[in-house]
Amino acid sequence: MASWLRRAGATKPEPWTVTSEREEQAVANGLSRVPWRRFREPGIRGHQAAAGWLFIAPVIVILGLFLVIPILMALWVSVSDWNGNGSPLGANAHWVGLENYRHLLTTPGLDQSNFGTSLRNNFYYVLLVVPIQTAVALFLAVLVNRRVKFVGFFRTSFYFPSVTSSVAITILFLFLFSPTGAINKMLSYFGATGPAWLYDPRGLFHVILAQFGVSQPPSGLASGMFLGVSYWDWLAGPSIAMCVFIVMAVFTTSGTFMLLFLAALQNIDESINEASELDGATEWRKFRHITAPMIRPMIFTVVTLGIIGTWQIFDQIYVGTKGSPLNTTLTPAFLSFNASFNSNEWGVGAALAFILFAIIVFFTVLTRLLTRNPDRVPRRRRFGPTGGGGKRTLRSRLVTTVIGAFR
Amino acid sequence: MSDSTATAVRKQSRALTSDVRAVRRRRVGTAVTYGFLCALAIVYIFPFLIAIATSFKTEPNATAYPLGLVPDPVTSSAYHELFKDQDFFLWVKNSAIVTLSVTFLRVFLDSLAGYALARLRFRGRAAAFTTIVAVMAVPGVVLLIPKFLIIRQIGIYDTYYGMTIPLLVDAAGVFIMKNFFESIPVSVEESARIDGASLFRIYWSIVLPMARPALITIFILSFQGSWNELGHFIISTQSTSLNTLTKGVAQLASGQLGVGNRFPLKLAASVLMTIPVAVLFFIFQRQIMNTSAGAVKE
Repeated sequence: MASWLRRAGATKPEPWTVTSEREEQAVANGLSRVPWRRFREPGIRGHQAAAGWLFIAPVIVILGLFLVIPILMALWVSVSDWNGNGSPLGANAHWVGLENYRHLLTTPGLDQSNFGTSLRNNFYYVLLVVPIQTAVALFLAVLVNRRVKFVGFFRTSFYFPSVTSSVAITILFLFLFSPTGAINKMLSYFGATGPAWLYDPRGLFHVILAQFGVSQPPSGLASGMFLGVSYWDWLAGPSIAMCVFIVMAVFTTSGTFMLLFLAALQNIDESINEASELDGATEWRKFRHITAPMIRPMIFTVVTLGIIGTWQIFDQIYVGTKGSPLNTTLTPAFLSFNASFNSNEWGVGAALAFILFAIIVFFTVLTRLLTRNPDRVPRRRRFGPTGGGGKRTLRSRLVTTVIGAFR
Repeated sequence: MSDSTATAVRKQSRALTSDVRAVRRRRVGTAVTYGFLCALAIVYIFPFLIAIATSFKTEPNATAYPLGLVPDPVTSSAYHELFKDQDFFLWVKNSAIVTLSVTFLRVFLDSLAGYALARLRFRGRAAAFTTIVAVMAVPGVVLLIPKFLIIRQIGIYDTYYGMTIPLLVDAAGVFIMKNFFESIPVSVEESARIDGASLFRIYWSIVLPMARPALITIFILSFQGSWNELGHFIISTQSTSLNTLTKGVAQLASGQLGVGNRFPLKLAASVLMTIPVAVLFFIFQRQIMNTSAGAVKE
């Protein structure tokens, strides 16, 4: 993701920049770039340098002070035994090396099994949310891209959940999925008895297996452990409680991604659709062989953004369950917060944050590698089927919109 | 000759039948589209209607008829209680202070930096831009602990400064503004330059008014982002007098509220906190939803 952003930021020469004679001379002499300081002239250029730095100074200072420096501080805390008293830069913190990381990754204990559990929970959350939200968003986009009446109304209703706060939506879902809530009421009309949802720690896969009579772990899976969680529990799937958060994620993010897909769909030349219609292509074939390949880059973008966003689930857990029942909605982000702010294990919390960062980077890079297809899509056009400067700007604006939404 | 005529006729009739088929198929397709659209619209809207209805219900009524859209009896006691017992007005005040200062300053600072990165030539510009983009890639949740550390270190923990300043700049906004400025022509600025206007003057009275669509985009994103922000307020404050709506309502949701599940009360709070962003959303709906024209002048 970052590299295309950088590409988009490649600087163009400003048309109104006055090229001085010296500059021309430098180019003629084979220098690719004019050494600035030596040839700098007073006036416009020098003025611009000062103004340029002045204009970006607030942004740089704030980003440096509240992003770069704190990350370095947290890096130090993650290799220290600071317990929250005084300043982490003072006498209360001592170097402990990779002890905190070992505590999470290799030392058996509560911290390790909590970490393993949170990884499992979040992994299944990502595994289910990302494909479902991408598919739903694409489906919505295809629907609202047609020439139908009230299309504005439909777009608005699908997008609305995306603008509401996670706190409000979580409360709403706590109500909808409460044991006596709307969802179970609806199920009862069909003669079904719903589970206790947010109070139900059973893993989805375990529940399904139990339907086939497998309720005890096979001997091979019961004993083996990884990160303090037994193999059998690794295979539990998302708990019923976590499924509520999965539905909620799809509900709240599909609208945003729908807008991204809609922008991509509207970039497709209408004549291509018409041509395929004349050839008698069915809706599905048209989608499969024309639409899908053309918006392929946007699908990858949405998947990448989805992965980045879903590994960060925090607000919903904080408001909704705080990790209960039986830690099955615990996520690394919430665990990191909890370890630091509630248990005063600041080193462990900070180490966890960096591990989470590594996980997000790993999956982002992995997605990019898996979806790279230089044969079919020329590199320069990867993010746009029809290219075009303005369109590309618009798309990156939308992508940034979504990035903004996750932060 | 007759052979070719026959072929032509056959071709034409085949084209006709396929036309008829296409029309029929399209009509069925439209019906199916409307079917899906309506069903999905209900799925997406119904939960919000339930939230509004439930906030006017009594608790027994809400528990017994969670699907009902008509409260029976209708009561506004949830709202009364919210305003009377809870510090709801305080939360609204805090949210408003933080959101408004963050939004306006962010629009200003982002556009200022975006303009410099797009238009002004200065040493280190590329490096500055790369830094900003790299920063954008750091996931927000990872920053909760680091931000707490620095806020405490420089002594602005549990103050409005600590709540506001770290949110003042967002790299994504700078990026949007830079892209926008690169997409508009420079000719107007040029003539102002020739007239001898200062750079800030050009930025303030010529560039900013032209950048209105992009500014609105930043405005919406910042307002929505800071109004809905929760994590940062959790880590930057501890006193209840600095609770924002998100933090206060979150505590309400998980808190000790005495007997019962108190869903009407919680949902009333949710409904009220959604109103400002909903209003903003409906005001700028066209701006947000119109993806083909959008904010970018082409």
